[in-house]
Amino acid sequence: MPAPGNQPHQHNPAKKLLFRLSKPPYGRSHAREAIDALLAAAAFEQDVSVLFVGDGLYQLLKNQQPNAIDQKNFTASFGLFNLYGISRIYALDTDLSERGLSAEQLLLPVTSMDRASLTTLLREQDQILSF
Amino acid sequence: MKTISIAVYGAPFSSQASYSAYRFTCAALAKGHQVARVFFYQDGVHNATLLATPPQDEFDLCNAWRELKQQHQLDLVVCVAAALRRGVLNESEAKRHDKAGWNLPPEFELSGLGQMVEAAALSDRFLTFGN
Repeated sequence: MPAPGNQPHQHNPAKKLLFRLSKPPYGRSHAREAIDALLAAAAFEQDVSVLFVGDGLYQLLKNQQPNAIDQKNFTASFGLFNLYGISRIYALDTDLSERGLSAEQLLLPVTSMDRASLTTLLREQDQILSF
Repeated sequence: MKTISIAVYGAPFSSQASYSAYRFTCAALAKGHQVARVFFYQDGVHNATLLATPPQDEFDLCNAWRELKQQHQLDLVVCVAAALRRGVLNESEAKRHDKAGWNLPPEFELSGLGQMVEAAALSDRFLTFGN
C-alpha cells in the first residue's frame, strides 16, 4: 500500500464502490457505521452506489425516534447524500413489496430493480463493501 | 499475485469472524499474495487490545495479529472513531481524552475511514469478515 495517511491518491481514478446495507437501523451498529464509511468514500471522490437489502430498507423510514431507546438519529446523515453526490441508491423490488414499503415512506429516492438488474449492477462494481 | 485488503467487523471470542479473517490473511500470504491492509472497524476494533486475556490453553488472536505483523510488515489499521467509542485507545488518545490507561498494541495504528476507502479502491480484492 502506498503512502499512509488520509489523503486520497489524486492520480488514481475513482473506483466503483457499492455499499450493501442489509441490517435494520438499530439493535446493532452496522447501519450507523456503514453510513460513516460510505460518506468517507464519497468524500474521497470514489464512485459510490448504495444498495439497501432486506431489513436494511428500514434505515430509510421517515420519522424515526431512536432517542426513545437512547440512540442517536443517524438518518440525518442521509440528508448529506445529495451534498456528497451520492445519487445511485438501489433496492430489490421484492424487498420493498415484502415489507409493504412505498417511495413516499422513505427518506431518499430509491431505484427499485429486479434480480436480473441487480446482478448486472453488482457485476459493474470494482468492490462491494458489506454492512 | 493479487493485492488483497481485509475488513474485520467482529470481536474476538464473541464471533468467529476475526479468526476467519486471520486465517484467510495467513493463507493469502502463504500463497504469495500481498495483503495491503487489514482494517478493523465496528466490533473488530476489539482485536486490538493489550488487555484481552484469554485462558492460557486458548488461541490468543490479538497476539497472533501482532506476530503476523512482525513477520510480514502488515498494515494493521484500526478506525479511530469506532475504537474511541469502544474503549480502544493509544497513549496519545488517552492523554487527549484524559483517560487513566490505554490498550492499543504498538503493532496497530489508529486512523480514519479514509484508510478503508483507500484499501478498497487500490486493492484487487476487498474482503469483509463479520457482517
